[in-house]
Amino acid sequence: MTDVDIQLKVNGTVRRATVPPRLVLADFLRVNCGLTGTHLGCEHGVCGACTILLDGEAVRACLVFAVQADGSEITTIEGIAAPDGALSPVQAAFRDHHGLQCGFCTPGFVISATALLQENPAPTDEEIREGLSGNLCRCTGYQGILNAVRAAADPGTD
Amino acid sequence: MSAPEAPETAGYAGTRVPRVEDARLLTGHGTYVDDVTRPGMLHACFVRSPLARAKILGIDTAGALALDGVHAVLVAEDLNPGVHEQWYTLIGRDSPDTPRPPLAEDEVRFVGDPVALVIADDRYIAEDAVEQVVVDYDPLPPVVDYVTARESGELVHAAYPGNLAGELAGPPLDQLAPAFDEAALVVRETIYQQAYAQVPIETRGLVTEWSAATGELTIWTATQSPHEVRLFCSRLLGLPEHRVRVMTRDTGGGFGQKVVPQREDMCIMLAALKVPGALKWIEDRQENLLSAGQSRHEHADARIAFDADGGILAAAIDYTQDVGAYPVPWPVGTAAAVGMFFPGPYRIPQATWSTACVFSNTTGRNAYRGPWQFESVARELLLDAGARRLGLDPAELRRRNLLRRDELPYFNPNGMPYDDITPLETFEQALQMLDYESFRKEQEQARAQGRFLGVGTCTYVEPTTAAMALHATEGATIRIEPSGKVNVYVSGGSAGNSIETTVVQLTADALGAAIEDVNTIQGDTAVTPFGGGTGGSRSGSMTAGAIADTAAVLRERITAIAAHRLEADAGDVELTDGWARVRGTPDSGVSFAEIANLAYFQPEALPPGVPAGLEASGRYRPEAPIIWANASHVCTCEVDVVTGKVTLLRYIVSEDCGPMINPNVVEGQIAGGTVQGIGGVLYEHLAYDEDGNPVTTTFMDYLLPTTTDVPDIEYGHIETHSPGPGGYKGVGEGGAIGAPPAVINAVADALAPFGVEITRLPLSPAAIVALVDEAQSRQTGESA
Repeated sequence: MTDVDIQLKVNGTVRRATVPPRLVLADFLRVNCGLTGTHLGCEHGVCGACTILLDGEAVRACLVFAVQADGSEITTIEGIAAPDGALSPVQAAFRDHHGLQCGFCTPGFVISATALLQENPAPTDEEIREGLSGNLCRCTGYQGILNAVRAAADPGTD
Repeated sequence: MSAPEAPETAGYAGTRVPRVEDARLLTGHGTYVDDVTRPGMLHACFVRSPLARAKILGIDTAGALALDGVHAVLVAEDLNPGVHEQWYTLIGRDSPDTPRPPLAEDEVRFVGDPVALVIADDRYIAEDAVEQVVVDYDPLPPVVDYVTARESGELVHAAYPGNLAGELAGPPLDQLAPAFDEAALVVRETIYQQAYAQVPIETRGLVTEWSAATGELTIWTATQSPHEVRLFCSRLLGLPEHRVRVMTRDTGGGFGQKVVPQREDMCIMLAALKVPGALKWIEDRQENLLSAGQSRHEHADARIAFDADGGILAAAIDYTQDVGAYPVPWPVGTAAAVGMFFPGPYRIPQATWSTACVFSNTTGRNAYRGPWQFESVARELLLDAGARRLGLDPAELRRRNLLRRDELPYFNPNGMPYDDITPLETFEQALQMLDYESFRKEQEQARAQGRFLGVGTCTYVEPTTAAMALHATEGATIRIEPSGKVNVYVSGGSAGNSIETTVVQLTADALGAAIEDVNTIQGDTAVTPFGGGTGGSRSGSMTAGAIADTAAVLRERITAIAAHRLEADAGDVELTDGWARVRGTPDSGVSFAEIANLAYFQPEALPPGVPAGLEASGRYRPEAPIIWANASHVCTCEVDVVTGKVTLLRYIVSEDCGPMINPNVVEGQIAGGTVQGIGGVLYEHLAYDEDGNPVTTTFMDYLLPTTTDVPDIEYGHIETHSPGPGGYKGVGEGGAIGAPPAVINAVADALAPFGVEITRLPLSPAAIVALVDEAQSRQTGESA
């Protein structure tokens, strides 16, 4: 199959590329854009490590072809903190609550939590658990992650 | 000169210092092996066996080589002759070992066995080419079930009769016959645990770059021990150790899987010398679940003798483990630990054990967080079973048998010299946190309403920081740079264990430096001192020792320079927050920056006999061969006997890991290990069908615990000092040891009204429903 021209906006920067139709969006971001914060843990859409925001919605970048993202606006983990490096409230809560250990699943969790809180700024505990159940972590036992998202949802209780 | 006022309390150890790793990891700026890109880098993909056992009659690589972008297809005869020496420092050169060819030679021995290696421009092309490699297999009958493998007429390895990789044993069981014969009760069960695995979210991988002109090989890899990778690789390829450089910044979880290089790593190292530039191999998840190893697959015929009051008289375990086709490393020694630790933290006068490691045509066994964990599974299940049969509460039975502090030091009946442990204290603390008596009442009321609640416990004693071979010592280099800022170099092996933060905390305290002035450099064998890396719950205690020994040299030098400068007695100089001050005169002092300036740039102004510069290296060798840690897990659950669903209600861990360097890190390690243990009981199963086909090679089949499955974990701490530096003990592995028995016992307790005894794992919903059904039909049969 012939390569396809695509244009999309990644973390505010316009990217034009000519890509094979089978190129997965996660590989496009990691290899073509050099944004290696999007991690691949399973490549079949279960672990959630590759979660990104595509037009504001959390999606798994391993289940989307780059050509399907043509014309879209993407935010990866590299686009979450402020340009001066200041952490977003979700990122800061993960740091403050030991919400990460090896850090490999972390970008996916930060993106999922960010999307969850955008949609539902005051989730119940059950909604937090449900909202993060599509992301796998093997280090933390989820304790710090859940505490971080609870705190990010309600900074007043911290 | 004027100094800022000294802080009231020095000491970062013991506090919840934010992690230094977090800023990069939270923003997508970590460096995992797959993030490494080199100019002209090629990509590797393995051709793997689809059969559990077969002869390789031929391999046709022409179709693959014809594809654009394919550089090479390497088979065993290309790679395997390149092996110079192949053994792990962890085990030693002279230890017996099991076979470990890089690529399969004449026979494939499990589904996933690497047969050929494709090297191509990118991973997409490499995977296309793998499809085009045609291997002609002649299927052979596989040995799938390790339980019957010793009687099988088929052999996994021809050189191992009875498929026995090795066996060890304590004294003959006959010696214990009087104790078992005269006991009021002997509980004896054969308990089976299913295979499950480490499953780090980052799979394995490495990038190699060979420079033929200089004879240097650089490796970036996901490892818990960069120096073991370097040593192993230098022996494998016959390269001098200092011509191999291994770099690891971030490793996405290891849990034992990344302790030593495995067969695929060997293949990439060997192939590195055959390709023109850098070569990358990143395992995919299916490969990881096929070939990165299995653990926990084992069973034992275990027995405990009790007197009429529940006092333990004797214990014995006859243990067998599945080591798959190619265990990594040699498994026989670790298997023996199951026997040695079977008595646990209980007062048991007599015991014996035997252990056997059996090959099968499945993926090889390797280390997983608390590799001897089955000792606790077997013991704690039998203790609950014993309590039920004696009509005693299982907590009361344990109270009568747990070691008390006034009995220490205590040699367990297998000769393990326990000391500095508090099993009775952690047990009582955990029960108190639960309010055990109230739970029993709640359980009784629930049963009256047809709801089945249960409580389970596990108390274990764990060897940490075992100081031998690769793990015998640990080194540190500390450089107070000319500006007064500090760099501390240790071997590293950061894999989620927060070892960078730990090292920064310990160094700041050891020097009296401000924590923000301390930076650590780890994971690069070219610049860090040799060290064993992360494993065996050793990082905290060993690096604490290395840092303390090294910092002591620099403290002495800083103190001498400051005393000279301040015209004070060295004995009156205190180091805090990056300043040297004279005791009692807090407003005057000299900063580390000024001292460094003197040490590097005005050596003539140094006091006589004080060397220039502020750099020191030290190597710590522990006096104690093992540091013991202990913990008690208490778990409550509700079991839906119709659907088989287990809901964990409360989960409490009381542990004694000595003083905590960073409570966040300690609790994070406990929680992570505990949830792995919960997963191992309820969800995870690395399963094979009867033909040896793996059936759980995706995350849709191999189920990991998620946020909706885990309870909130409550922590209790008892603090007893170890003989090691700072009194610290290891804490990395214990959660994964203590959780399975607690969860199993909780389920068994919930199902006790049905007369259920649990002897097979995992406790899937189907398994629980079957247990209840069996028990009900047995009861119906008895009453009919």
